[in-house]
Amino acid sequence: MSEQQAYEPKVVAFLCKWCSSAGSDLAGVSRIQYPANATPITIPCTGAMSPMYILSAFNKGADGVLVSGCHIGDCHYIEGNYLARRKMHLTMELLKFIGVEPDRFRMSWVSAAEGAKFAQVVTDFINDLEPLGPQDKLKKVVSS
Amino acid sequence: MTKKRTGVFVCHCGTNIAATVDVAKVAREMADENTVAFTQEYVYMCSEPGQESVVQAIKDNKLDSVVVTCCSPNLHEKTFRDNAQRAGINNFTCEIANIREQCSWVHNDKAKGTEKAIKISRSVVRRVNRNKPLEAIAVNVTRKAMVIGGGIAGIQAALDIANAGVEVVLVEKQATIGGRMLQLSETFPTLDCSQCVLSPKMVEVKRHPKVKLMTYSEVQELSGSVGNFQVKVLKKPTFVDPDKCKICDHCTEVCPVVVPNEYELNLTARRAIYIPYAQAIPASFTLDESACLGLNPVVCGKCKDVCEAGAINYDMRPETVIEDVGAVVVATGFDLYDQENMPELGGGKLEDVLDGLQFERLCSASGATKGHILRPSDHREPKDVVFIQCVGSRDPAKHCAYCSKICCMYTAKHARLYKKHVPDGRAYVFYIDIRSGGKGYEEFVQRTMEDDDTLYLRGRVSKLYRHNGKVRVLGTDTLTGQNVEIDADMVVLAQAMVPSKGTTEIAKVLKIGRDKDGFLAEAHPKLRPVESVTAGIYLAGAAQAPKDIPETVAQAGAAASKVIALLSQATLSRSPLIAKVRPSHCTGCGMCVDACPFIAIRLENGKAVVNEALCEGCGSCSATCLRAAIDVKNVTQLQIHEMIEACLA
Repeated sequence: MSEQQAYEPKVVAFLCKWCSSAGSDLAGVSRIQYPANATPITIPCTGAMSPMYILSAFNKGADGVLVSGCHIGDCHYIEGNYLARRKMHLTMELLKFIGVEPDRFRMSWVSAAEGAKFAQVVTDFINDLEPLGPQDKLKKVVSS
Repeated sequence: MTKKRTGVFVCHCGTNIAATVDVAKVAREMADENTVAFTQEYVYMCSEPGQESVVQAIKDNKLDSVVVTCCSPNLHEKTFRDNAQRAGINNFTCEIANIREQCSWVHNDKAKGTEKAIKISRSVVRRVNRNKPLEAIAVNVTRKAMVIGGGIAGIQAALDIANAGVEVVLVEKQATIGGRMLQLSETFPTLDCSQCVLSPKMVEVKRHPKVKLMTYSEVQELSGSVGNFQVKVLKKPTFVDPDKCKICDHCTEVCPVVVPNEYELNLTARRAIYIPYAQAIPASFTLDESACLGLNPVVCGKCKDVCEAGAINYDMRPETVIEDVGAVVVATGFDLYDQENMPELGGGKLEDVLDGLQFERLCSASGATKGHILRPSDHREPKDVVFIQCVGSRDPAKHCAYCSKICCMYTAKHARLYKKHVPDGRAYVFYIDIRSGGKGYEEFVQRTMEDDDTLYLRGRVSKLYRHNGKVRVLGTDTLTGQNVEIDADMVVLAQAMVPSKGTTEIAKVLKIGRDKDGFLAEAHPKLRPVESVTAGIYLAGAAQAPKDIPETVAQAGAAASKVIALLSQATLSRSPLIAKVRPSHCTGCGMCVDACPFIAIRLENGKAVVNEALCEGCGSCSATCLRAAIDVKNVTQLQIHEMIEACLA
């Protein structure tokens, strides 16, 4: 099996517990189909999202990283998503600086009511990742 | 650290999971994990035999932690944590891997679904590996509740809570309680007078020793958590002392300002100083600051001059009140879908085209026409009245996708009321379907059709316009396949129910979720219909979904009983998943202190210290700390890194 045929982007999706994780539950309850490439990790709040998690995911072989939280102004913890927005913006700048394609990292706001939007966000992300091919800029090379 | 002995329990959920995920393979893969000592799959893990098998397996295999791979943790996290406790291990060593909502239901490809389910399950197994046994934090309960919204839902909830001996603060934005129901004339299917049903309840809630009524007030902020909320309420100035006001009406006689009367849906006008209804509660006038010439005796001051009771005080100022409550009921009601969105039906600008609530005011004995149905343009009795159902409802392409549920019934009621007032008049109803589920409802609609000779036409109306002093209605009758043209004296639109403006605002203030249509979201559509996702905040009435009065009263009672059950507990347990500092790593830089939204971290002797009563466990501190010196218990950075690794294996 050649790599071209087999390429399926590997994505880690960090979802806040209150909005986006609940939104992904709603996508499930509504049976909206989307690509299976993104594995979800539920975190309490996007405010808890350390830039290290993103670098760590790329380092461990992720082709893309998605961070999704409550809409601005709707954070269950008042201002966690504001902190996240600033931090993720800087992380994006850092990724660009070190040569990681900006399309490999995405942040979205998905509320608990937006199951369809969640499915769309994942679908669009995977579609955008496919032409980029595997990520090797930050991937740890295991010496043979 | 001694090696964990984790048990992994894979649920088939009938075929909900098993159809698109190879559950046996998930179990086999988990068995290969270093820390997993036991795996089992079962068709319904949440059933009694399923739960018993988990308890038994924990005991038999001396398991110290549990992963159940099943549905969303919102559904059965508590179920399985309780089982862990029953089996004698700490409940916080049990975690859920969501392979249904986040996997089997959204991926049809079994191979890919299985692969993802394995990744999710493995990441949770790795997380549990470092979970610490924790004890829930006991907190005291404030035995007092707040009800937001003083319509029938709020009044009923407040009375039910108060009758159980619990203090209630009832907050209403308007100058009187009563809400939408107070604007109604008669109610279906019994045609009893709305005010006759509601007014005694309004009086009861006002007089109840356990109820504190705050009208003309708005909730501005909510902090704290279940059992101990602090709510900031703004009391707007009414400029009239309700204790002194004798409702003599002298002030309105002299007030020179005339503005539309919103309580009469702008069918009439009121003065700047006004009382919404003769039977308003509190029985007092209110001076509308935005309409008044200036609250200044030099500019006007006429009302103050004639007030013999000395009730008018221009120096009243807004007042902020902080209420400590243990639970909140949100009952902020509905508005009608804006006619402006439907230019083909006149966009709200055509004379003699009314909405359902305006028609209620025309029928009401307390309304502007004293219960005589007269059309607004020339005050003549309308002889041809067209009622249009589903205006803005059931129209996913352009308007609201949902059915507003009550319009079929209230349109039938309107037709009957009209025929009662104008026996020689002709009533036409345009409908898509008649939905009359409810006790006595179908019979009511049948009587409207048969006894009252109302002409029901199945079809939509495409256009309304003024023509020779009438409103021309262009529609179709899909049963005969004919176009229909009616020159109507009056048209009544049954617009969709939408969440009230106040509902949208309060959802932001309370940080509670809304559904795709903007109604307040319940925690579970079937099993937790009166709870919001936030513990301690409950929902009642049309703010949650379109519903009629009996359903609203039932839901308000249900919300009240939830509040009473919550507040009758001596203490509540709070999640122990809060921040913890590693003093050895902390340099006292104070960045976490700045990042904390709850002011729960302070520096003491050069080290960060967490106030456990204030910390909500959001983790903003841990993401800020450069040295990983602060972490949320059981969601530590190390755990997340290991979960990431598991997702990418």
